[in-house]
This record gives sequence, C-alpha cells and structure tokens, in this order.
Amino acid sequence: MAAAVGRAWGSRRMEVAARSCRGSLPAWWGLLRGLLLAVLAAGSCQGNSVERKIYIPLNKTAPCVRLLNATHQIGCQSSISGDTGVIHVVEKEEDLNWVLADGPHPPYMILLDGNLFNRRVMLQLKGTSRVSGLAVATAKPSPPQGFSPGLKCPNDGFGVYSKDYGPQFAHCNKTVWNPVGSGLSYEDFDFPIFLLEDANETQVIKQCYQDHNVPRDGSGPEYPLCAMQLFSHMHAVTSTVTCMRRSSLQSTFSINPEVVCDPLLDYNVWSTLQPINSSGKVDPEKEVIIVATRIDSHSFFWNIAPGADSAVSSFVTHLAAAEALHKVSDVHLLQRNIMFTFFQGETFDYIGSSRMVYDMEKDKFPLRLDNIHSFVELNQVALRNDSVLWMHTDPVSRLNESVEVQVRNLLDILSNSSTGASVTLQEAGYSQPLPPSSFQRFLRARHIPGVVLTDHKTAFQNRYYQSMYDTPENIRMQYPEGLSPEETLEYVTDTAKSLAEVATVVARALYRLAGGANNTSAIQADPKTVTRMLYGFLIKMNNSWFQSIIKPDIKGILGDVPQHYVAVSSPVNTTYLVQYVLANLTGTVVNLTKEECLNPEKTPNSEKEMYEYAWVQGSLDPNSTSRIPYCVRSTVHLSKALSPAFELRQWGSTEYSTWTESRWKEIRARIFLVASKELEIITLVVGVAILIFSLLATYFINAKADILFSIPRDPGAVAY
Amino acid sequence: GRRIWASGCLWLSLARFLRLPSSRDSDQEPGRTEQAAAFFWLVSLLLASLIWFISVHLSDREDAKLQYGLLIFGAAVSVLLQEPTRGRPARPPWVSGLSFGIISGMFSVINILADSVGPGIVGIHGDSPYYFITSAFLTMALVLLHTFWGVIFFDACEKRHYWCLGLVVASHLLTSGLTFLNPWYEASLAPIFVITLCTGLWAFVTAGGSLRNILKMGRTCPRLHCVDWGLRLLRNGGPC
Repeated sequence: MAAAVGRAWGSRRMEVAARSCRGSLPAWWGLLRGLLLAVLAAGSCQGNSVERKIYIPLNKTAPCVRLLNATHQIGCQSSISGDTGVIHVVEKEEDLNWVLADGPHPPYMILLDGNLFNRRVMLQLKGTSRVSGLAVATAKPSPPQGFSPGLKCPNDGFGVYSKDYGPQFAHCNKTVWNPVGSGLSYEDFDFPIFLLEDANETQVIKQCYQDHNVPRDGSGPEYPLCAMQLFSHMHAVTSTVTCMRRSSLQSTFSINPEVVCDPLLDYNVWSTLQPINSSGKVDPEKEVIIVATRIDSHSFFWNIAPGADSAVSSFVTHLAAAEALHKVSDVHLLQRNIMFTFFQGETFDYIGSSRMVYDMEKDKFPLRLDNIHSFVELNQVALRNDSVLWMHTDPVSRLNESVEVQVRNLLDILSNSSTGASVTLQEAGYSQPLPPSSFQRFLRARHIPGVVLTDHKTAFQNRYYQSMYDTPENIRMQYPEGLSPEETLEYVTDTAKSLAEVATVVARALYRLAGGANNTSAIQADPKTVTRMLYGFLIKMNNSWFQSIIKPDIKGILGDVPQHYVAVSSPVNTTYLVQYVLANLTGTVVNLTKEECLNPEKTPNSEKEMYEYAWVQGSLDPNSTSRIPYCVRSTVHLSKALSPAFELRQWGSTEYSTWTESRWKEIRARIFLVASKELEIITLVVGVAILIFSLLATYFINAKADILFSIPRDPGAVAY
Repeated sequence: GRRIWASGCLWLSLARFLRLPSSRDSDQEPGRTEQAAAFFWLVSLLLASLIWFISVHLSDREDAKLQYGLLIFGAAVSVLLQEPTRGRPARPPWVSGLSFGIISGMFSVINILADSVGPGIVGIHGDSPYYFITSAFLTMALVLLHTFWGVIFFDACEKRHYWCLGLVVASHLLTSGLTFLNPWYEASLAPIFVITLCTGLWAFVTAGGSLRNILKMGRTCPRLHCVDWGLRLLRNGGPC
C-alpha cells in the first residue's frame, strides 16, 4: 500500500492538498505538548464529568483521629491511599455474621447503626481482618441506655488520689464515676471510623447498598458492588515520646520540617472581681477565692464535642454568677478577692489546671498558691434530681484539723446561701472522694479547702458523658415550635431558669465567703443572660448577641454547630467567646476612641496593668447595616494552657498531661461501584492480546506490502 | 486492581498507536507530517469548542433540549472543521491519518483513563458499568477510521474523485452522530465497527490491494514448520 501510492505522489506537488497545508510552524511542537498537558490535567482536575459519574463524595462526615499520650496511641488509622471495602449495612447484631464469616467479598466497609456502636461489637470488629473501615450513623433519638466512649474512671492517675494519697479512693475503688463508660475513645483501631452526620447521606449509602449489595435468591450479590473509601491517614505513631522526638529532630535538622504531632493546647480564661496587677505579683497577705469550671469536652470523633452537661452547663452557670457578683455595689470593699477561672483542656488529664498550678508554683502567675483561701468548682450541674446539688469534698485533706474547719465553714456558707432558693444543697459525705475535677490538681500542690458542686452524688447523672449525644436535648432544653432565631435566642427555657438558680446560690455564697456582710437577697443571676448563653454555646454560635460582643476582625470564626474540643490551634472558638462574654458581663463600657482603646498604654489613666481593653463591634444599628462599636474595659485575661510536660520537654511524664494530636494530610470519604477482579484481568488480557495482534499484523502487512498492494497500470515500478 | 484496569485500557488504546519503521522512506523528515497533522487536529478541535462555547453562553442555559441540540451541532462543526485540516499527504499515506487518529483517540480517552486509575467504575448514578471498556474499543475504532479516511481522502484528492471526499466526510459525521446513541452500545458500537470494517476494506482497495493479491501472497508462502516460519519472520521480515 505504502509503496505504490507513495511513488505515485512522490513526483507531483500536491496542489490539492496545498490549500490545507500551512507548512510547519516553528513553535507548534511546544504548543502541541502544552495542549496535551492540558488534556492530561483535565483528566485529573476535580469535578470533571467522568469523575462525577464514578464517585459520590460524602461531605458531612467527622473522622476519628489519632491521639497519643506518653505511652499509648488511641483512635483510628487508615492506609495512606485510603481504605476501600464493599458496603454492608449492619442494623442488628445478626447482620454482623455476614461481615465476620459469611460474606464472599471481604474486606467490608460497615455502615453501623448508632445503637450498635458499643464496646462488644467494636471489639469483634477490631479482631478481624475482614473489616476495612466503619461508618457510624448517628442514632436518633440518642440510645436510651446511655452511651459514653469515655473511661469509667476519667483522668485516672492525674488527679490527687494515688497510692500515696488516699489509696482507697484511687482508680475509682470507692466510686465508679462513669459506669456507662465503655472506654471506646481510648482504644486503638487500625481501620478508619467516620461519623455520618447527615441523615440524607446515610440514606444515599443505604440506597446504593439496596440496589447492588443485597444477596438475591440465597446466592451472594453480583458485581458491580457498591463500595466506600475512607481517607484518614495519621502521621504520628506509637506515643508522644516517639512523635515529639521525631518532630523535634525534623525541626532541628530539616529545612522543610515535617512535624507529625502537636500537643493539645489552648488558653485558660481568668478574671478577678477586684482588679489586680496582671504583670506583677499579688501581695501574699491578700486572699483569693478561686471559682473554677472546665470549658472543653470530647467525643469519639474529631471536633464533635457538644458537651452540654459536661462542660457548657457549668461554665454558663459560672458566667452568670460572675455577672451577678459584678453588679453588687460594695465589691471593692470585700475582704477577699474572687478569681473566676475557666480551664481549657481538662478532659485530657487536666491540661489547663495543671499548667496554672505549675505557673503559680514557679511564680509565673500573679497569684501564688499561698494566696488561695478556698476553692469552689462547678462540675456538671444541669441534670439535678429533685433540684438537689451535691457538695463533694476531699476526705483525706479534711483529716487535718485546720482544713476541716475551713471546709466546714465553706459548706455552711453554701448551705445558708441556698435558703429561699429552689436549689437544695446536700453534702456528698465523708466517705466519698472528689469526682474528677480541676480542684484535684490544686490539692496535689497544697491542701486547700474546697468544694466541688455537681448534680450527682456517686455515679454521673449524665449518661452521655463525653459523647456526641451530650446535646441540648440531654439537658432538657426545649423550645416551642415556630420561633425565629432571634426569638429562640431570647426565649427563657426551664433549663436556663434552673441554671440561673444555681448561679444565684453560688454568687451569694461567694459574696459571703469573700467577707461580704450585707444582705444577699439582691444578688440574683439573670435567666435571660443564661438562656442566651445556652443558645449561643449549644445551638448556634452565630447569633446577634455573640456577634455584637466580639472584636471586628474575628467575626468570621462563628461557625455552625458549636463544638468544644480543645484542639491544637489556639484559641478555639469556645475560648474566644468565653473571654468576650465574660468581658461583656463583667466589664464596663468606657468612652475611648478606637485608637485609644487599641493602644491603652498611650492613654493616661488607663491602668493598663490592671485592665484589658477590647474594641468590640457592637450591635447592628436598627435602621442601617453598620454596627456601633465601643470599648470595653474588663479584668479578663488569658493564660496559656499547655501542659508543663511540653515546657519541661518531659514527653514521657506521668505527672503532667502528655496528650498530643497527630497531623494528617487529607480526610475525606466517598462511595462508588467496584468491578470484579475477573473483569479487570479480562480487560487487561484482551488489551494486551489486541496490541500484540495489531503489531504482528502491521509488521506482516508492511513486509508483504509489495505483494499486497499493486497498481495495475504500472506493474514494473514496484517498491521504493 | 485499579492498576490492572488502567493498563488494560491503555494497552487496548495503544494497540493502534504504534507505527512501524519505514526506513526506506528517505525523502521525508521522519515525524514532521505526523506532528503537523496532530497539531492541526487540535487546532480544529479548539475552534469547534470555541464555537460551541460561545453558542452555549448566548443561549438559554436552562433549556435541556436546546443544550443537547447545541452539543450535536458542536460535534458536527468539529467534524467539518477537522476534515480540511488533514494536512498534506505523506509517504506512506497512512501516516498522516494515523497521527490524526492518535491525537483524536488520545483526546477522547486520556480523560477517562485518568479517572479509571481510582478504585471505582462508572455506574453509581445508573450509567453502564462497561463504560471504560467500551470507550477503549470506541477509541480504537476511531483511530483505525482516521487512518483509513486519511488514505481514502488523499487518494480521492489526487484523483479528483470528489464524491469520495464527500463520502469520507459523511461517514465521519455518521460515526460522530452514532456516538450520541451511547450508552445503547448495540446501536452505537456495533454499527461503528461495521463502518470501520467497510472503510478498512475500501482503504485497502484504494491503496491497491485486491483479493487476487491476497491469494497470490498465500501461494508464494509455502507451508512451513512453525519454528522455521518464526525464524524467517525475524530474519527476512516475512515468512516467504
């Protein structure tokens, strides 16, 4: 073919073809390559139509990530290129048999109903290699028997009770605080586990399963099958010691360091009733009463921590009490000062409180441990039975006469403050140890008289401690139907009223403790403030009140559903908001301009060491879209909440918290169909066979071209 | 698993992408004609997509039927723009058509190949799960068709058989139109392969082949033992 035709043309110029022949352009080869690259890029760019035909991405998911402490790693891990498996929906225990034994297409990706997400099932799945991952659908309503992936004995080993101090109380020998706790959060899984937050996405997955994966007529399901792929590869391994060592080696010697884990850190928020010099030292004679609550929570999944009872109820009550106290007229005449402290990171072996104690011991904090007169802590206070609030004390330190006298005094003042209120205060008793609380860290350093107020006498009333079900419904927050967001913000729920009662009692008791002599009946916490705080911290952070009290440049942080996980980048939303709410409730508006407010050291009489100044954006002008900003002066400060183990570089410390969070590159999930291995092999073999055949055929034809292709009118001129 | 898929489809498509050395072709710079043909194909495609893009933006986006019609129009314009850019004939004449076919095939299959590398196949939204393999076969047919059309086109140009030119353009339009019947693969892929076969036979005859030549070749080729046959193939470039 080639020979004769080529010959026939070789001697003639192709005028006919010349019209389409432009000649070679000098730069066309580069352009061709560029266009080819563009084609290749088109194949790999997101959102191209073939990719959309293949994959359905799951957007509303939360992963389980890896956390490490001095000796262990907990959480979940996936392979670096994601884990794939055939989907199997498990809605009752019998469905598990298919996954564990019967199913013909392992490994499986399980879509687990939320009610089956318990320790027994999870340990079965952990032990098998037929499971490549797990997606948990949130159970609606919450499991009625309770669900807590936390430990039965939270923060064991980092509190005050040990073999040297109250050994009969150590390791929850006397009282198991969280009997519902399964300890799932503290297990190590080698497959990825994701939470499906959106019921619509769960339905899409179940529909795909129904269409492709359900066995028909007794035999197994046929390819193509519906499959899921989860990506959550974690960089850190083994323990904090290992990952911090690797990170520090990288940071020291590498130009482009690859840090593999980060310590959990944030800021504690503290404020004093009477202003103190925050850069100096308080006089040793001056006594301070510390009021403390924690502001963080945790759950099995990353950044899902509603913490309604375990955190929010307590710090909202605390904020309301602080507001009530600041309204008292003779605050500056009180004999003792009161410090309102909000600790961050308490869920992870008392990060915030251990750091504050360490700073106080090392003289890096304005106060010292000697200044502390007494300690009042609010733990979970929302689920009170019959409105009883329990007062817990430490029996071991009360063996000391002087401490016993002060504790007795403290308990009496608290009981007296509850007369007339609908809250009944009762003592939890001598034989009970302290529940897990920040007060335990202070006790480790000094035998301070203190009390912890909770809604439970022995075991937690909260059956969803540190889980994703510790939601507003758990603390019985109910709103009537049909309210707009503004109306919901202002609506006073029963929960708000009951927490306001507790705040009133606490405020009155603190007034008395601080040496106040006047009648306390005027001290009242405002339920309206409490309900607004509950709405903002539990339902919707992005509301008009929060927007009006924050700085202008951070208004972008108000996200969707509020979560209170301590995280590794600081400060988190919760810390910011607690700081600004406290400033709003306890500070005063001062008449300064924006420049003066932002640079108070240049303003005379600003007393910069005593106060903090914040320029907040204010509420919306009713008739326009602009806001009226103003300057707030308060005594609210932040103090770093990083475990002393990282300051001292003792990464294997058993005394301080050593929790770190692993780093990761991408976390995503998607579903698609997979074909059988046989079809894949057939495709490959057919392709190779056709290739070889075509090579042979072309070679053969080319070699025989002079016989195969002949032009009749010129038989002699053969072949070129 | 996914790698086997990717290589399988790649081999299928590559089946027609390699050309054999024709070292006796001395009065032509190797490679220039192929590269030029490929380049001009890309230019024609760019022009056609520009026309389609402008028409889509000028029209009502919501009207699905109109958009589908515009897509058909765009495909037809693309075909009509491709034909004049076939380039100048080469020696051997199938070279220009082959490079045209290569670039056209690559353009249609690279996108799909890139996505076949992942673990999933097409089908979760109800499309056919044989998408990859049918795309590969379609690409192979397309490359073959372009090669054959190249031969017929230039012969028709030389012999001034303009009805042949018209037939080439018409069959290109027909093939392009048949792909709109996807995923009804019986109606689109089968006719396209029939067209490929017929066009192949036509190109064979145009290039000078005939049944007599095939029989002549068979006669001059004695039956030999397999090994001898293989050795002769390697040594002489032919079994005879």
